[in-house]
Amino acid sequence: MEKLFYEQLQEELYYEKMPNGLDVYILPKKGFNKTYATFTTKYGSIDNQFVPLGQTEMKRVPDGIAHFLEHKLFEKEDGDVFQQFSKQGASANAFTSFTRTAYLFSSTTNVEKNLETLIDFVQSPYFTDKTVEKEKGIIGQEIRMYDDNPDWRLYFGTIQSMYKNHPVRIDIAGTVESIAEITKELLYECYETFYHPSNMLLFVVGPVDQEKIMQQIRDNQARKSFKPAAEIKRFVYSEPKEVAQAKQVIPMNVQTPKCLVGIKAKNVAQIGKDKLKHELTMNVLLDYLFGKSSPHYERLYSDGLIDETFSYDYTEETEFGFAVVGGDTAEPDRLTDELKKIMLTFREHSLDEQDLERVKKKKIGAFLRSLNSPEYIANQFTRYAFHQVSLFDIVSVLESLTCQDIEQVANECFNESQFSVCQVVPKNTGN
Amino acid sequence: MLKEKITAVNGLNVHTIQTDKYKTNTLVFKMKAPLTKETVTQRALLPYVLQSGTKTYPTATALRSYLDELYGATLNVDLTKKGEQHIITIRVDIANEKFLKDSSPLLNKAVQLLSDIILQPALENGEFVAKIVEQEKRALKQRIQSVYDDKMRYANLRLVEEMCKGEPYALHVDGELEDVDAITTKSLYNYYQKALQEDEMDLYIIGDIDEIEVLDLVKSHFQFENRAAAHRKSPITKKTITNVNEVIEKQDVKQGKLNIGYRTNITYEDDQYYALQVFNGIFGGFSHSKLFINVREKASLAYYAASRLESHKGLLMVMSGIEPSNYDKAVNIIKEQMEAMKKGAFTDEEMVQTKAVIRNQLLETLDTPRGLVEVLYHNVVSERKRPVDEWIAAIEKVTCEEIMEVANQIELDTIYFLTGMEEGK
Repeated sequence: MEKLFYEQLQEELYYEKMPNGLDVYILPKKGFNKTYATFTTKYGSIDNQFVPLGQTEMKRVPDGIAHFLEHKLFEKEDGDVFQQFSKQGASANAFTSFTRTAYLFSSTTNVEKNLETLIDFVQSPYFTDKTVEKEKGIIGQEIRMYDDNPDWRLYFGTIQSMYKNHPVRIDIAGTVESIAEITKELLYECYETFYHPSNMLLFVVGPVDQEKIMQQIRDNQARKSFKPAAEIKRFVYSEPKEVAQAKQVIPMNVQTPKCLVGIKAKNVAQIGKDKLKHELTMNVLLDYLFGKSSPHYERLYSDGLIDETFSYDYTEETEFGFAVVGGDTAEPDRLTDELKKIMLTFREHSLDEQDLERVKKKKIGAFLRSLNSPEYIANQFTRYAFHQVSLFDIVSVLESLTCQDIEQVANECFNESQFSVCQVVPKNTGN
Repeated sequence: MLKEKITAVNGLNVHTIQTDKYKTNTLVFKMKAPLTKETVTQRALLPYVLQSGTKTYPTATALRSYLDELYGATLNVDLTKKGEQHIITIRVDIANEKFLKDSSPLLNKAVQLLSDIILQPALENGEFVAKIVEQEKRALKQRIQSVYDDKMRYANLRLVEEMCKGEPYALHVDGELEDVDAITTKSLYNYYQKALQEDEMDLYIIGDIDEIEVLDLVKSHFQFENRAAAHRKSPITKKTITNVNEVIEKQDVKQGKLNIGYRTNITYEDDQYYALQVFNGIFGGFSHSKLFINVREKASLAYYAASRLESHKGLLMVMSGIEPSNYDKAVNIIKEQMEAMKKGAFTDEEMVQTKAVIRNQLLETLDTPRGLVEVLYHNVVSERKRPVDEWIAAIEKVTCEEIMEVANQIELDTIYFLTGMEEGK
């Protein structure tokens, strides 16, 4: 077991790779009641074309299958795993993103029992025709719920406008039609390919004894046998640098229009510190331009073009990176023009070094605050680890950012051909 | 367990909680007054105006820049209804400098800033700044209107409107749209002065603090004039249900939102409150509860099917998203679950499980500064004080009979269904 100590942050992290390839991290947090653990596979909605384990040909699977699998893993021959967790006083959950599926629990008692339940249920799939069919009704309603959610439609509309081929454009839950094609055989095929321990990471954070927990995990894994780790072959999509379409308008049953501008990044580093730096630079740039203390924010707010729903965010994963900026607005076209103008004219002004320092300070404070949250630590640590980056390098990378770094990323991303806009507008329904 | 110390300082109740588990220090200020039609909209506007500028940092941009300088201190405000009381909350969260390379003290700046926001707002001609008030009136209208676009929130709000018609609880937490325009810089300033004198005020300070030092800081920064240490209680409006109200509303939606309101006739003050908590846990509060199992897992009708309590008003709300054509099926299953509760058709295992999860949920909530304050603040809103230790022990002691007794006091009030244009119920 390896120990990593972050002095400035006063955090200790313990790491061990199991013989079967599973990466295990433990971060003891004194003073907390709760222990939080995530068991995550590097498998998400974008992994829709791959060579299944033991086969030779690329296979395309139905949209939404990773998320469907996440739902189904909770059901076992003797019932629902949720029941098991609640008997042990834990609350359990799971989520599927573009690139990851995570299973988790939090509990203040019976931590070892709950950890055993978590590892065991994720490592023992049980799919039947009957339970697969039943889930289609439940997930169908989950999809309907998102269909009626204008913010979700806006967000996915923006992504679909940016990406022509890449499966990031596909809704994580799929569609009612695509999930109808899912069978238990397909679920097993996906499971065998992506849930191998060598493709997974287990993170435990809370008031735990690291030696005891690590020993428990070693013993648990030693009892189980897995096929030898094989390299997963995923289909590589070719994606143009420019956006697929410049604008999309979605009429919906809303009173206030919504507008989101998407910015497609061109050069996304695959792994390592360069990747962290690229991501943080983009985040700092967005804060510099659109943060609440920026002159642009003040002007747009006092003009009534934006309100408190205005937000900006940058998402970067292995093969793609995109930013979104926007919110509710009475004038979606004017807001679109303003936001684009701010980004396109950015290069004409020189960066104010003092403002940049302020944004960096803000980011450092925000990172410190997020370390109050076991959920943040486990989820973000895992995400970064999958990119071979350490969460705990954030402060030093932030401190190192220069004006040139910011300008370089702005040059890379702020071009008309990399912008696309999506608007949700009130539809005339006659009611 | 964390120790809460309460000290009265200049008519303000200061709650300090010393802990070294966080990397930041948190200040939460709360002011509370009865919910009334006359004041609800002014109160909904007030904190947003206060956070838009102080005497020292007279614009939102200046204030936000200063917060960034303080290592991204966060400032946010919100409003809640607890029973028939309207609560304004202002939070400041600031890094603990011991985790920073630059170690100039930050907590005293946060206390100063919070006091400036509350007591030294930006003014012109002895009133609030017109530009700020106008901007925030516009933002308030947008906030009120935005509920319509979020169908889950909308359905919940409509249920409360229908169910509590004529009661203060039917007032909207963010104020009433038609009353926004009439507010002026002067009327709002007058209301602010009155609220400063009359509202019940509490300040929570959580983190790695020296309690004596921090109380001195509060004493010097929070000076009120003409302020009596107020403690006012507004009695809760009770209602006799004569018949169940069924409301069907049609809109262009794909999923129907079914929201059902019950009167529990039990509030935080009552002895039966713990039994009510366990009742809700077995009935619909969790993913092992009857609603989740029967509406979702067995009948496959919904993705979400849950219930929650409004502890200070005595309401139980059920919510579920379903195919419009499944209305009758879903309503029947939900009613059957309530009947099962009344008859005591739940196992010891369900009880044990629910108690374990409630205990866990409470302990987890106490791990976040925000959650901790919300738990403790129940004791301010209610006459009845329930220390956390008592909570945990009392939940354990709840019996099957007590749960049935609670179930039999619960009355169905209103069924609200937001459904699509084509298919009816």
